[in-house]
Amino acid sequence: MTHGLFAQIEPDTRASVQFTFDGTPVNGFVGDTVLAALLRSGTYIGQSEFDGTPRAGFCLMGSCQDCTLWDSDGRRLRACMVDIQSDMDLRSTPYRDTSDHG
Amino acid sequence: MDNPPRVVIVGAGPAGLAAARHLVEGGIRPVVLEESARAGGQGTRRLVAHMSHHRNRIYGRAASGMAARETVEDAVLSQCDFRTGTLVWGSHAGRLELLGPDGYDSLPYTHLLIAVGATDRVLPLPGWTLPGVFTLGGAQVALKRHASFIGDRIVFAGSSPLMYLAAAQYLRLGHPDLTILDTTPLSRKIRSFPAMMRHAPKTALQGISLMAELRRAGIKMAFGVALKAIEGGERVNTIEYATRGGQIVRTPVGAVALGYGLRPELQLAELAGATLRYDKRHRQWFAQVDAMGQATDGLWIAGDGSRIGGAEAADAAGFLAAESMLTTLGHPAADPLKIRHSRRRLKRQQCFQDAMTGAFQWPAASAPNIPDETLVCRCERICAGEIRHAITTSLGPVEINRVKAVTRCGMGRCQGRFCGPALGELVAIATGEAPGYLRAQAPIRPVPLLATDSEHT
Amino acid sequence: MTHTADNCDVLIIGCGLFGAFTGLFLAKRGVRVTVLERGWVGAQASGTNFGNLRLHGRSANQYPLSLRAQDLWERYGDLTGEGCEIERTGHLYFAVTDEGRDTLHRDAQTATGFGVVSELLEGDALRQRFPFLSSHISLAAFSPRSAVANPRLATAPVARAIQRAGSHVIEQCEVSSARAIPGGFEVQTTSGRIFSAPKLVNAAGAWSGRVAKQFGEPVPMFSAGPPQFVTEPLPFRLHPSVHMVEGDVIVRQIRRGNVIFSGYPRTHSLPSGNFTHVPPSKTLRGMSALLRCIPMLAHGEIIRVWSGVEGYLPDMLPVIGPSTTIPSLFHAFGGSGGGFQIAPAVGEGLAELIASDMLPSMLSGYGIGRFIDSTNVSVKIEREFDCPAIQ
Repeated sequence: MTHGLFAQIEPDTRASVQFTFDGTPVNGFVGDTVLAALLRSGTYIGQSEFDGTPRAGFCLMGSCQDCTLWDSDGRRLRACMVDIQSDMDLRSTPYRDTSDHG
Repeated sequence: MDNPPRVVIVGAGPAGLAAARHLVEGGIRPVVLEESARAGGQGTRRLVAHMSHHRNRIYGRAASGMAARETVEDAVLSQCDFRTGTLVWGSHAGRLELLGPDGYDSLPYTHLLIAVGATDRVLPLPGWTLPGVFTLGGAQVALKRHASFIGDRIVFAGSSPLMYLAAAQYLRLGHPDLTILDTTPLSRKIRSFPAMMRHAPKTALQGISLMAELRRAGIKMAFGVALKAIEGGERVNTIEYATRGGQIVRTPVGAVALGYGLRPELQLAELAGATLRYDKRHRQWFAQVDAMGQATDGLWIAGDGSRIGGAEAADAAGFLAAESMLTTLGHPAADPLKIRHSRRRLKRQQCFQDAMTGAFQWPAASAPNIPDETLVCRCERICAGEIRHAITTSLGPVEINRVKAVTRCGMGRCQGRFCGPALGELVAIATGEAPGYLRAQAPIRPVPLLATDSEHT
Repeated sequence: MTHTADNCDVLIIGCGLFGAFTGLFLAKRGVRVTVLERGWVGAQASGTNFGNLRLHGRSANQYPLSLRAQDLWERYGDLTGEGCEIERTGHLYFAVTDEGRDTLHRDAQTATGFGVVSELLEGDALRQRFPFLSSHISLAAFSPRSAVANPRLATAPVARAIQRAGSHVIEQCEVSSARAIPGGFEVQTTSGRIFSAPKLVNAAGAWSGRVAKQFGEPVPMFSAGPPQFVTEPLPFRLHPSVHMVEGDVIVRQIRRGNVIFSGYPRTHSLPSGNFTHVPPSKTLRGMSALLRCIPMLAHGEIIRVWSGVEGYLPDMLPVIGPSTTIPSLFHAFGGSGGGFQIAPAVGEGLAELIASDMLPSMLSGYGIGRFIDSTNVSVKIEREFDCPAIQ
């Protein structure tokens, strides 16, 4: 991806934070929401579980659930409502695929 | 009184905060429950720390008042049992069901004020689910909370005063490429303007000054357009519309902000026992309340979560609801002048909103034009054609909740918030009646089976 | 004032699954039927229940009816020309107590006696086959022929098939009074329409008690509904329908990913009889109960809850058969939480009774007369409902 969906308002002076999304490191700034960090570097954050088309959030205020992601424990979160943390390991599909479930 | 009163406010936006203030002044310490991390509401949202230096640009003339107001609000909230990050997911039999940082909890109340605000009202068009299409409210929240522009080349599409406000906020922050595509013809705005002026001249003139500001800056504005489609792949790249004259125009875009005004978040009010009423002018459902905001015994509703009125109306309605709550608690009445003033203020703003329905029209008439293959329900991925097919089948559903049951439209994670208005119109086409209302149920937002690990036994 | 009464052979009050299947099997015999529905087709108990087409774990005398019903469900597409998301998922009963284990062993034996496979699994075999079950679950019984259907979609195709067979289904047509007249029955609706027919079927679901009472046959029926909820779509892991034999967890997952839960205790419908709340406390209770059995769902999120207005009789059995007071009046109501699966066979059997005056043996034992002298109260009444279930 050359550049993300969201555009920066001004050059940022905040300290940077790195977290993991779908196994890939993503850079953001302190105080960023997960959604802002992901959409500044990419154009979507997951796919519809029904038709596989990309999704990138819609209401940006916690209501539409379109920016749903999961943490490494399998907890669902709304990317627009949560700030990034350096130890975050997020994914765009629910829980880790463990081999014991066939 | 046998049991101590338990006064609870849900929502720390302008209505909830005004109520909290009046209650605290009356010697009450209400519980204030707020889903997000901070007080302030949506339209009047407080800026995240790294955006605070832009306050003047985003809020313009309102900025100076805001700082002072936030200080007062903080002082008030320090006198309340203020709980952030706390979702109220249900209300039943005099109790509120909470999901907070410590997990699930249940809170009994004797006096409840619901002031949970509104969300964007949208009508689908082809491509509205593409990455880069957001709600108008979302476009504003992008600045205030996400500290970002929603894209490098933005079209504000639909019909709402928020298009002009949001565009002005983007402009002031230096965004270089903004376009407004308003589906309401300019003639209708002009026709509605005298009534808007009559009821709230200051608010009406603010609107004019926003438009003038945008025009001076050379922002493209088109009125009376018909939105045809949004196109793209992994991101939006084009919007197609027909001008008032019928000419098809295709414009490259990096993001689209879509909206047709607001719809109140009525779910909690309904679960707590409020009666809903259909408003013909707004062509949507509001809560039934008296002049003080009381819906039924022990229940008050104020702000955009009751009927759309804007922040000033919410402020007045919050005060009035608190006054009514205090009265039922046996407190002496407030200054009658102040009550009268607030009631007038509320009424004026509501009449202004009524008049504005002509200037920014909900495009019910274009619901029949939504192509069959266009998604109506984002969550469950249900197309307009599937809904039409269900409705027109013999013995098919012709009541909105039945249509939901049969088609799954409105059954997903957003629980019908964003497809509900369109679904209502698609059903209304078939019945010839007013659009219906999707019944609420608890949880009003998705809630996890396991709230916290400590609960796991 | 004169009314034009619709001219038909059999008038059916209620277009839930009992009424619809009765109407369909009558119409297929060439009988002219009119079905009157007070609300919308299949919108009450027939449309709000869990959707289990469970074969095992039934009392011995219900197997013939249940097996016939399963045959008919398996031919649903042929019968109606449409589908309702029927899927042969299999059904898994599990036990956590010694008493529950005994029940499973006993039930499996009964099922086998009727040719129904109910495979007992424990230990590693159970764990390997159904790894989602919590490790404290020691025994389970799997019925491969059991299935599920989408109840929301199940009734309308049957009603449309009635129409295609030349008979009538009328929605928004609430009956205000029904009486016997020489040669048959006359029914008046709240909008003033009058229908008459030589024969009448009372299949008004939770509202059937009112009709029965008008004919001098009061029944101790009450209305209630279970707390049910559904999660957001999750990866498809829970293939069979799963049911705790001791109690309060009934769960399945649909292919789209949503996990559907139904539990106890059931809640009484509002005094109006038109709605049953899902108290949030029961949702929370159901969530904990579910997690104790299927821990992998811990982080799934609930997006909807619902209940229904279902008719229950104290012995937890439906009322099916001829009236004891009025000739040519028939009853079919009160599914008591088990009506969905048996519905097609109830309709087929009742149609046979109405057309030929012979009660099929599989419908014996459900007559309305069983409440005249005494009432047998099922142990489930205390276990599965808010108290007191019967005043």
